[in-house]
Amino acid sequence: MWESLTEFPDLGRSTLSTMKKAIDAGFKGFSRTYGEALENFFNPLLHFLVWFEKLLINTPWPIILLVIGALAWLGSRSWKVTGLSVLAFVVIGVFGMWEDTMATLAIISVATFLCILIGIPIGILMARSDRAQTMITPVLDVMQTIPSFVYLIPVVMLLGIGKVPGLIAVLIYAIPPIVRLTNLGIRLVDPDVLEAADAFGASPRQKLLGVQIPLALPNIFAGVNQTIMMSLSMVVIASMIGVRGLGVPVLRAVQNQYLALGMMNGLAIVALAIIFDRISQSYGKRLQAYRGQGRD
Amino acid sequence: MTEPKIQIKHLYKIFGKTPEKVLPLVRDEGMGKDELLEKTNHVLGVNDVSLDIWPKQIQVVMGLSGSGKSTLIRHINRLIEPTGGEVIIDGEDVLAMNQTQLRELRRNKMSMVFQKFALLPHRTIRENVGYGLEIQGVGEDEIARRAQHWIDRVGLTGYEDHYPGHLSGGMQQRVGLARGLATDADILLMDEAFSALDPLIRFDMQSILLELQNELHKTIVFITHDLDEALRLGDNIAILRDGAMVQQGDAQDIVLHPADDYIRDFIKDINRAKVIQLRALAKPLEPGETPPEVPHFPANTRLEDALLPMSQAPGQEVLVDGTDGALLGRASLSDAIRALHE
Ligand SMILES: Nc1ncnc2c1ncn2[C@@H]1O[C@H](COP(=O)(O)OP(=O)(O)OP(=O)(O)O)[C@@H](O)[C@H]1O
Ligand SMILES: [Mg+2]
Repeated sequence: MWESLTEFPDLGRSTLSTMKKAIDAGFKGFSRTYGEALENFFNPLLHFLVWFEKLLINTPWPIILLVIGALAWLGSRSWKVTGLSVLAFVVIGVFGMWEDTMATLAIISVATFLCILIGIPIGILMARSDRAQTMITPVLDVMQTIPSFVYLIPVVMLLGIGKVPGLIAVLIYAIPPIVRLTNLGIRLVDPDVLEAADAFGASPRQKLLGVQIPLALPNIFAGVNQTIMMSLSMVVIASMIGVRGLGVPVLRAVQNQYLALGMMNGLAIVALAIIFDRISQSYGKRLQAYRGQGRD
Repeated sequence: MTEPKIQIKHLYKIFGKTPEKVLPLVRDEGMGKDELLEKTNHVLGVNDVSLDIWPKQIQVVMGLSGSGKSTLIRHINRLIEPTGGEVIIDGEDVLAMNQTQLRELRRNKMSMVFQKFALLPHRTIRENVGYGLEIQGVGEDEIARRAQHWIDRVGLTGYEDHYPGHLSGGMQQRVGLARGLATDADILLMDEAFSALDPLIRFDMQSILLELQNELHKTIVFITHDLDEALRLGDNIAILRDGAMVQQGDAQDIVLHPADDYIRDFIKDINRAKVIQLRALAKPLEPGETPPEVPHFPANTRLEDALLPMSQAPGQEVLVDGTDGALLGRASLSDAIRALHE
């Protein structure tokens, strides 16, 4: 009697195992049939990623430092942030992590670019339709909470080990914030201002491009910032499925208990995160300069 | 015979889940706002309002908070869809228009000024004033030129490159007014445009509006809950209560012949000498009677300006001339005092 309550009446070992086997076999079949087509589909992306990585690695380091400095200055308009960014890269170089850092930079840049490209339109769609919002929100929740290793399995089964599956893993994890914040930003636009645009006869397109997106920009930008941070945090996991960069030595350090190696590369990732965060945050603040002081 | 610029005919607006279903209760059975809310959980916004608005006039719409003023004015540019009734502008049925025609109407024929200004915070004053022109697709140089003209007209020269958030409320509403005027639309819709401003600034804005109107002759629909503002600006005044029209007429009509206690309550504190004109007092002379030797005054002279001369005139009365110069009759000081104390 008591036993029947402590043991949950499950489907039974054999049923469950046939079920799992069937699902696996089905997916394997799917991947055998479509895997190649998918790989071909992602080929241009792979080429671009490889090209961009090579570009960063083959460019002379002084030029890279110059570009980093220029971007930091354009984003933050602060000598302190600019100086510290360049210094961080110099230190990274001195400690022999230049090439890995460039590889990481490449995948982060491409991932962020793709997140913006895919995420903003989805966010706009969600803002315009309540139905889209109710349908997409749970998907975003799953993408953010499901352990990365779980979705790595099907991705690797389909596309094997390499840069593209790594990139996809990063995208799945990093895209939700930009979608959410685009949606939120547009929904938070003052309805009075939108009514004024309507009263002057603005078309839906004129409203979107002239009012909603510009006013949502600070929020959208906060989303970009978070997306960058989240893709950086995926660097180590992505390196498990063949993405080059700072994650690879970290992984090696974990497997072999190399304390110094792990710390150094880990700190380099942190440095990148802080630099991107400061630059994009102060850029985001400058986007709101018109908001004035004290009045609204 | 001029046509009304805007005709509103038997307009109904009901807010709620199934407005069409409960419309007959209001239209045919005469159910009021409170009863409708209690029995059907629908809010009666506008209840059988008909109003002709004449070209080149300022039509004021008045009423307490929640009486349906904003709802009514938003039917004119169809920011709100009616539950029943008609809106006709320059002979065209606004409700029959498709989205494209409606946008053309909003772009070219009318513009709007809002209570909370509703400026675009991310655009400079110049870009805000030029917004309507940009929507119309006017070229950049022309936008800059026309925006500058209106910025100068409302007294904001020098603030072109500021952002709205950096200006005071009064200045922001000047921007709102300039934005409304810049498209050269015939019709200007103003929803409590000055209500958020301090009394002194509000008076200034009214003066600016009257001065501009003297020259531009637009058709203005001006919403307010302030009677002094209504009397100062309105060529015609319509008064709403619970979404229904209670009375319409010019200021003097309303002050001298209030339709009911609601309106009597509204007008009890106003300075009647500022509103009542000699026209209302003029008593025609007996046939064959020779006019007395007293000063003549135009019919639209307000009592505040006429009382002193009347008291000094022989027999304490004056003669009143109509707009065409013909003699309307005589007006006596005792009649004037009676009119002030009714
Ligand atoms: N979108 C809406 N949904 C439901 N009820 C509404 C809506 N808009 C207005 N109402 C109701 O319609 C009535 C008229 O509102 P309206 O805003 O037109 O009044 P108003 O005269 O402009 O008042 P105020 O002076 O406060 O601006 C009110 O009872 C209001 O609650
Ligand atoms: Mg209102």
